[in-house]
Amino acid sequence: MLGDKTGIQLAEDQRIAPEPFYASLVEPSLLQQKFKAIGDPGLYTRFEQMAICSVREALSNVAFNPEDPGTLFILSTTKGNIDLLEKENEQKLGKERLYLWDTARLIQRFFNFRNEPVVISNACISGVQAVITGVRLIRAGLYENVIINGTDIISEFVFSGFNSFKSLSTGPCRPFDRTRDGLSIGEGSGTLVLSKTRPQADASKLIVALDGISSNDANHISGPSRTGEGLFIAIDHLLKRNPLALDYISAHGTATPYNDEMESIAITRAGLQSVPINSFKGYWGHTLGAAGIIETIMCVSSIRNNVLYNTMGFHETGVSNPLNIIDRVINREINSCLKIASGFGGCNAAVLLCKK
Amino acid sequence: MSEFYIISDYCSIRDHEVVLHGKSVYNHADSGLQDLLTGIYQYFAVSYPKFYKMDKLSKLGFLTAELLLRNKNIHQQYAGNEVGIFLMNASSSLDTDRNHQHSILDRNNYFPSPAVFVYTLPNIVIGEISIRHKFTGEGTFFIQEKFNPPFLVHYIKELLAQGVIQCCIAGWVETDGQNYESVLYLIEKTDRPNAGIANFEPTSIQRIFDNEK
Amino acid sequence: MEQLVQKLKEEIIEALNLSEMKPGQIDEKAPLFVDGLGLDSIDALELTVLLEKKYGLKILTAEEGKKVLYSVHSMSEFITANKKA
Repeated sequence: MLGDKTGIQLAEDQRIAPEPFYASLVEPSLLQQKFKAIGDPGLYTRFEQMAICSVREALSNVAFNPEDPGTLFILSTTKGNIDLLEKENEQKLGKERLYLWDTARLIQRFFNFRNEPVVISNACISGVQAVITGVRLIRAGLYENVIINGTDIISEFVFSGFNSFKSLSTGPCRPFDRTRDGLSIGEGSGTLVLSKTRPQADASKLIVALDGISSNDANHISGPSRTGEGLFIAIDHLLKRNPLALDYISAHGTATPYNDEMESIAITRAGLQSVPINSFKGYWGHTLGAAGIIETIMCVSSIRNNVLYNTMGFHETGVSNPLNIIDRVINREINSCLKIASGFGGCNAAVLLCKK
Repeated sequence: MSEFYIISDYCSIRDHEVVLHGKSVYNHADSGLQDLLTGIYQYFAVSYPKFYKMDKLSKLGFLTAELLLRNKNIHQQYAGNEVGIFLMNASSSLDTDRNHQHSILDRNNYFPSPAVFVYTLPNIVIGEISIRHKFTGEGTFFIQEKFNPPFLVHYIKELLAQGVIQCCIAGWVETDGQNYESVLYLIEKTDRPNAGIANFEPTSIQRIFDNEK
Repeated sequence: MEQLVQKLKEEIIEALNLSEMKPGQIDEKAPLFVDGLGLDSIDALELTVLLEKKYGLKILTAEEGKKVLYSVHSMSEFITANKKA
């Protein structure tokens, strides 16, 4: 999928928007097919089916027993089953499912996880924040393993909201590009497993989630800080605590005029303007609460496979502080990676990953 | 030198009442939530016009933090990036979500409002508190069915021990229809063993949370 | 035009939750953004929603938006001009 094709397409779905719109949608029949093999689709919402399929796949590779008391499940999401606010959906499955803790418990019950799940709902940094929180919980000795799922679905609710912000692109989004004009909405689910326990697999596949920090701009609830304040503070604080040479940065890169500009400022302030950097959002759009997990997974893939993926949708730089934007697939040894994210509410997060 | 983690103060807004440091400082029986919030804002002469743009959840969290921090001179003791904010609730931003959903019900009267939509994320409360008090430290919004002191305490202790933060505002901020409840604690480090209201432990956090009912 | 300006001031106060302001406090020629009322980006979007909702008028580009939303006066001129068309 990566390299030269985007999953963002022109879609038509009157339930989501009156006009055709660009988005990266999960194919409903594929999801149904996959879920039918493990559960009754009639009993689970779309959101839950996506999350459960993703978690199940991740758990097929772990060396520990997910049902043991040392395992915690964290759900990262901005809106959960928000499509249940639509009257007809609410009547079918009940409005309790709107509560994110209820959705998390449902997933917990499906897999028989022992502990009360934690939900992190922190706008677009939810996924990265969940990784950071998971790392800390394990380091504190509170848990041995943390299973993190990040999921969000496209709905009329979310689409109409971003539309009201006039922040949607007129075609597949173009991160950091001179002609970028907004974000592409996406939906998806990703699962990451953090563990103290060494998996049986090849030791060279071990990636360490080293440390992470989040910070607030303290500036505006929706507009990014013009000085990239919060993101700079997070990156700076993180690298001061963990001085190491960075091989790669995975940006938030939503392709809105303001976000990408802000990131370029923060990254330059941190002295990282020559570190190769990309955004994945041109491939599957902005998956909100899932983004931080899906993109961290891609970082793990980059490090494991020693490959830097090109920034789909990028052609010519359009930010005031020039960055080293990856514009073609590069095979190179990658030992360390910085994943960053920013979101509504002025929040910013940064997490460091490296080879063992 | 030993380091102790303490609850140095707390503030709650529930059952029509504001309780600060164990004392009732405002009461407006039988008022609906919106009137109560406006009443508190005016009574304490908060003077922050952006307050009126906030949704109920943000107003509730903002005011609780405002009163918690009043007369504290927190910036004399801590840099902005040393203060963390960790909040929790059960309903996320459902209250405001319903408002946004309402605005998109009728395709013939279709005017979703960006000012409403921006509040359809629970962490905006953290944003509002951060902007007001210039806190640039770490913050996270958690969703749990009920207030979960053990999780919050053990997690925050780790952050304090690691020096990620030097103090924090933590607690529960919840609105769902006409139900509302917020309890915020100020957590600090000290080298004096019996300082503050209580030690920062799940039992003391829970005790304070329950006592007020 | 006077009536429209007055009506607009009231609508703006309501749409933007400027609860501590009275229409008389808004100078119709003063800039709405940066200086003057110091409105922000969300306010700008809300004003475009207001124009659409109450007056059926759409702002098509960011440049047009900057001109139309400069002040209450420019907004009322925009409304008057487009009503005639």
